[in-house]
Amino acid sequence: MEAATVAAEAALGQLRASFASGRTRPAAWRAAQLRGVLRMATEMEAEICAALRADLAKPCTEAYVHEISLVKSSCMFALKNLKKWMKPKKVPAGVLTFPSAARIAAEPLGVVLVISAWNYPFLLAIDPIIGAIAAGNAVVLKPSEIAPATSSLLANLLPRFVDGSCVRIVEGGVPETTALLEQKWDKIFYTGNGKVGRIVMNFAAKHLTPVVLELGGKCPVIVDSNVDLHVAAKRIASGKWGCNNGQACISPDFIITTKSFAPKLLDSLKKVLEKFYGKDPLLSADLSRIVNSNHFNRLRRLMDEEMVSDKIVFGGQSDQQELKIAPTLLLDVPLDSAIMKEEIFGPLLPIITVDKIHESFALINSMTKPLAAYIFTKNSRLQHQFERSISAGGMIINDTSVHLTNPHLPFGGVGESGMGAYHGTFSFDAFSHKKAVLARSFGIETKARYPPYTPAKLKILKSVLKGNLVAMIQAVLGCPRGA
Amino acid sequence: MADAAALGETARELREAYESGRTRSVAWRQAQLRGLLRLLQEKEAEAFRALHDDLGKHHAEAFRDEVGVLVKSANAALRELGRWMAPEKVWVPLIAFPASAQVVPEPLGVVLVFSCWNVPLGLSLEPLIGAVAAGNAVLLKPSELAPSTARFLGDNIGRYMDAAAVKVVQGGPEVGEQLMEHRWDKVLFTGSPRIARMVMAAASRHLTPVALELGGKCPCIFDSIAGARDLRFAVNRVVGAKWSPCAGQACIAIDYVLVEERFLPTLLKMLKSTLKSFFPEADHMARIVNARHFERLRALLKDTSVAASVVHGGSMDAKNLYIEPTILLNPPLDSAIMTEEIFGPLLPIITVKKIEDSVAFVRARPKPLAIYAFTGNASLRRRIEEETSSGSLVFNDAVVQYAIDALPFGGVGESGFGQYHGKYSFEMFSHRKAVMKRGYLIELMLRYPPWDESKVALMRHLYRFDYFSFVLRFLGLRR
Repeated sequence: MEAATVAAEAALGQLRASFASGRTRPAAWRAAQLRGVLRMATEMEAEICAALRADLAKPCTEAYVHEISLVKSSCMFALKNLKKWMKPKKVPAGVLTFPSAARIAAEPLGVVLVISAWNYPFLLAIDPIIGAIAAGNAVVLKPSEIAPATSSLLANLLPRFVDGSCVRIVEGGVPETTALLEQKWDKIFYTGNGKVGRIVMNFAAKHLTPVVLELGGKCPVIVDSNVDLHVAAKRIASGKWGCNNGQACISPDFIITTKSFAPKLLDSLKKVLEKFYGKDPLLSADLSRIVNSNHFNRLRRLMDEEMVSDKIVFGGQSDQQELKIAPTLLLDVPLDSAIMKEEIFGPLLPIITVDKIHESFALINSMTKPLAAYIFTKNSRLQHQFERSISAGGMIINDTSVHLTNPHLPFGGVGESGMGAYHGTFSFDAFSHKKAVLARSFGIETKARYPPYTPAKLKILKSVLKGNLVAMIQAVLGCPRGA
Repeated sequence: MADAAALGETARELREAYESGRTRSVAWRQAQLRGLLRLLQEKEAEAFRALHDDLGKHHAEAFRDEVGVLVKSANAALRELGRWMAPEKVWVPLIAFPASAQVVPEPLGVVLVFSCWNVPLGLSLEPLIGAVAAGNAVLLKPSELAPSTARFLGDNIGRYMDAAAVKVVQGGPEVGEQLMEHRWDKVLFTGSPRIARMVMAAASRHLTPVALELGGKCPCIFDSIAGARDLRFAVNRVVGAKWSPCAGQACIAIDYVLVEERFLPTLLKMLKSTLKSFFPEADHMARIVNARHFERLRALLKDTSVAASVVHGGSMDAKNLYIEPTILLNPPLDSAIMTEEIFGPLLPIITVKKIEDSVAFVRARPKPLAIYAFTGNASLRRRIEEETSSGSLVFNDAVVQYAIDALPFGGVGESGFGQYHGKYSFEMFSHRKAVMKRGYLIELMLRYPPWDESKVALMRHLYRFDYFSFVLRFLGLRR
């Protein structure tokens, strides 16, 4: 613990000095770091894929599409918009302080801490760093120890591609993370689960450090009968098992559909699953494995619970040795079972049936607000009702998970699924302080604002604050005289 | 004084009111804002009386800093509400066609506002304006240290606004603690860092997002101003920003002044004469809020070297809780008066050899809620803007930034986080929900497994939005 504290203090101390020197402020420095990250993602693609395969058996296609290419487009978006983001924005100062000029200038917070998760270990480490750097901060990254190959790859690569005096990696587990959290940061960005999210915020409270918490939740999918079923099934499957085999914060967690439609939906999902992963999914190279035996056992417990295990209608196979679990569909598990109370984060997909599709809203609202909510329907009234009645970090109609690739949409949770957002401009904003700057001249003096107070002055003040033109002219002319 | 059971009941009622959906409609939000405006208009005299009872505020100050600003803000919210509530359409890449995306603001739910005793009406109602405009149910806990204003709010809010969805609870720190046992969808706290830490730690148990409006030592960098008229205006503004807002008991009041050695005599002379003309009688300046704060301020001058640095004023009337506008010259930098937020009518002046030295002085200290600089020197202004950090920065004036709707109001570092006023108030109490809608018309098989190299190659083009190459390869015209 002592060594961890020393390392944490040293990293922070060094970065404070670097930040204080002003090194991270110029656009040129920021752009150089972003280009470095871009080069790293391009030149080291094979190494990154290999690390992700070692940590998660992640198929190279997923590694490319969901991690590397998103990092690259994030860099390019930041590079393209950097000057615009850094430029102060003029805002109307209004008549109260005429003549004056008002603007909002973005400035870096200082030295920030990014703690990333294990399921998208490359993306979730680098994407926040892109925002932090674009905003001109110095950064410490604590990659997840549950994805050790990626963690050590990052520790190895980053110093070769970015300025090591301002971007540092601290590897390790709980003791190292705790030592880091005890320090005073200008912002902490955490991706992970709600239990640790609470711990992070509690540590942050000691130093009044603002936080972004990207957590999870049970992302529901409502499937109406008025859909293009085959396409819907593919998009659901793609968002569930095509995203790290369900180990993703925005993966569909469970489905709600009507009793009458369930058989058709099940049938379609089974067909799609067989097409995607073959007759024996445990042998498919296109499925990530479960990250470690802890999570494997956790998922098996969810599946094996009494009253749940007999609801499995497809899949259910697993291989403890290889840490693989096949895509598994369950029909109408009890709502108070563990699989319906916890975030699944795995390849198990419960389907809950209701009599009428509208009942799905009440069911979803009885749970905590998720990071994402999905609905498949062509019925525009149902779509509208979905949008109005459900609160979630983000939502998609007629697809799953793709909203995170749009840099113009804020990505973040609400309620139990988190606080704060990032991606695109929101990443820059997350790591900036928007300073209000007001510049006045001495030209005009409004005596009415100063004591000693007289009824005449009060009258003018009232009118000025109400926007009364004559009173404002009087104020501007320096009335009342002799006061 | 509310007890735990009653507080639980209050929280439950607010949750029920919010879940009923009625705070969502434009009509409800407008009705609350109009109700608030009527309250401020019809009960103006009572409001002034309450502020005078609590703080000895002259009604002109009460209007200038609290009531008047609130009327302006509520009117602006009514005017802008439609615009704030409107979803914002955002760009979607062509590859997702047909698709649309927008950012939709929605209320967070049931929010809790803790306000402070020094601007007791303003710091309660300005957040309330944002919270109701954003469609939330609200619980307001005014400070017990301004009891008349707290009572005024308790008596009137329910009468002018929707009493089931907008409530006021009275009490002290124990009530605050009990309130934080419950889950809120957001908490705004205005006050001291010590209590803010407790609020944020309590909020972390429920993953409740918080905004903290704290304070700090707001410095005023005063350059050597040449013209007599400019100098007079500048000094007016300094005096007006130190002693006029609640006798210096304001988070954005000037805390201390930095001035060049050789300009000190001029500045000091003008400060003294302006003080005389602004405050001919004691009742044009607010009093100290209570005996505890009076003693705290008295204690700041106990140290002999600090007491010796007093160059103007210094007299104190414990019975009437009145402290004369006081100026100190170069008290020791490690004394309490130079390390703690003063929050009172004592103004230390620190001299520097060159005015540029102020930048390093300010940088070495925690980030304040505001930095003020009176200077015509463009390069000094640029250095201050780029090398210091603060909630806000004002050149050639002070405190007035509070009234400008377009400027976000909030701190950074030790002075807090989260911003409000104007549109920022609405956003503070909203969740920006990303909503994307797709159609079934076009389906790109390449996004699905089983994977092969040709699919990956196609995706490479797509992710660069290189549609031309994509089409060529898709049609098999490029390998």
